[in-house]
Amino acid sequence: MTHGINRILWSTFGLLLAAIWGLPFLYSVWTAFHDEIYSANFVWNAPLTFGNFAEAWQAAPFALYFLNTVILITIILIANLVLCTLVAYAFVRYRFRWAGYLFALIMVQLLVSPEILIVENYLTLSKIGMIDTILGIALPYLTSAFGIFLLRQTFLTVPVSLDEAAQIEGAGAWRVLWNIYVPLAKPVYLAYGLVSISFHWNNFLWPLIVTNSPEVRPVTVGLSVFSTVESGVEWSLVNSATLMTTAPLIIAFIIFQRQFVANFMRAGIK
Amino acid sequence: MLVVPCLLLVTFTHYPAFRSLLNSFWNNASSRRPSKFLGVENYQALLEDDRLAQIMMNTTLYALGTVPLAIGLAIGMALLVNAKLPGTSLMRLSFFMPTMLPMIAVANIWLFFYAPGIGLASQILGYFGLPPINFLGNTETSLVSMMVVAVWKEAGLFMIFYLAALQAIPGNLKDAARLEGAGAIRIFFNIVMPMLRPTTIFVAVNALINAFRLVDHVIVMTRGGPNNSSALLLYYIYEVTFSQRDFAYGATLTVLMVCLLGLLAAVQYWVLNRKAHYQ
Repeated sequence: MTHGINRILWSTFGLLLAAIWGLPFLYSVWTAFHDEIYSANFVWNAPLTFGNFAEAWQAAPFALYFLNTVILITIILIANLVLCTLVAYAFVRYRFRWAGYLFALIMVQLLVSPEILIVENYLTLSKIGMIDTILGIALPYLTSAFGIFLLRQTFLTVPVSLDEAAQIEGAGAWRVLWNIYVPLAKPVYLAYGLVSISFHWNNFLWPLIVTNSPEVRPVTVGLSVFSTVESGVEWSLVNSATLMTTAPLIIAFIIFQRQFVANFMRAGIK
Repeated sequence: MLVVPCLLLVTFTHYPAFRSLLNSFWNNASSRRPSKFLGVENYQALLEDDRLAQIMMNTTLYALGTVPLAIGLAIGMALLVNAKLPGTSLMRLSFFMPTMLPMIAVANIWLFFYAPGIGLASQILGYFGLPPINFLGNTETSLVSMMVVAVWKEAGLFMIFYLAALQAIPGNLKDAARLEGAGAIRIFFNIVMPMLRPTTIFVAVNALINAFRLVDHVIVMTRGGPNNSSALLLYYIYEVTFSQRDFAYGATLTVLMVCLLGLLAAVQYWVLNRKAHYQ
């Protein structure tokens, strides 16, 4: 019987912790759906309103920011999938001199990520005249050491016999890649894609530095400009804008919860 | 196959790292005079920079404070979620939600939470009859407030890694220990904890890198203030370079940052090699 009581105690404790943990977020959600006058005093039955969302949407070009973010993550995702696949395939299929060293050099990016090198990357970008462009934001992220690592690990599990059988049938390197390796790695592509999208949707520092004009701002930079300058620090507006810009991710998370968790776990196993 | 990706990688990872090193020996060019070789002058400035000394102190405190706390909380959360208690899905959602949000959204949420008078933090304090605290505007509380934000955002992610590790522990190990008469606490410290060690090393390294890499909340919430009390190294690089336009000193600070990360990697390599027989 003590076992059952223990479980109830632990469950209560867990739910209490979950409630405390969720408090800042819930408070922000609550304010977003209520009039500005309620943001200072909590009244449980205060009338709900969507007016804050409409007002925030009007006050800044959020539609444009969303579009920019979508363009940005599309460019990065496509480049990442193609380039990381090619590199991973080359490392798995071909034996060449210095392969080990080259791989180690690529893995340096895991440690020294582009955020650390903002100073010189900014100078490089301004030299080639790509400041304040969406492609400029994307450039340092087009190849990803994490993606290469993940795909190489996956490709290594493809049985060599499968590859050889295809070669005997007369398939070239490209066909082998496209018809054998890529289909077998599908779950990894899906999971990596989700992580990549969430990372670049959330990225802030580098886009902040590279962009000057609203026309190219991604949604995170737009949100920060809105909440510090344009909203006049009206908390209900700031909170609804915050919620609005993260809603697509939260919805995506709820839909793809399993894959998300699976991929984070996969990364942990390395 | 390798050329384009590697070229991109070299242009935006190795080349800039190397260029930072070169530029750190030169001063800033202006329209009237080209940049001049200085030797180690920038590094002398580094040593005499009082602000930097404080920022390094902040960064160290921040890393040492957030990493163990986030790991401890993550283990606790993973144990709770793994115990198949009633309400598990609600717990998992609540713990993991902050991880999904962009740091900038997290910063806004907490900016509101901390807001003097209006925020929930002051309201809770007021409920207990305590005077409100200006968490972000006070030199004593600003860094700790930043640390709370970081732990809140990161712990849920680490929980997922621990959850995976917990589920990989064979059940018969625990059964055997229980048969031998070991209690829950002994099982945790003698079986579960050693089995979690590889995960802990992995998580700790990632958490440390993130502690250096992620400063979005500092930019949005305090701009390093008041009086540099919440400034971190990467934020300082950002400010020196893009507010003060001192690219040479920014490069010097970048070299410092890369060296720190390299040191971290070396320690990681050493630890992993020593602990290899556990895996």
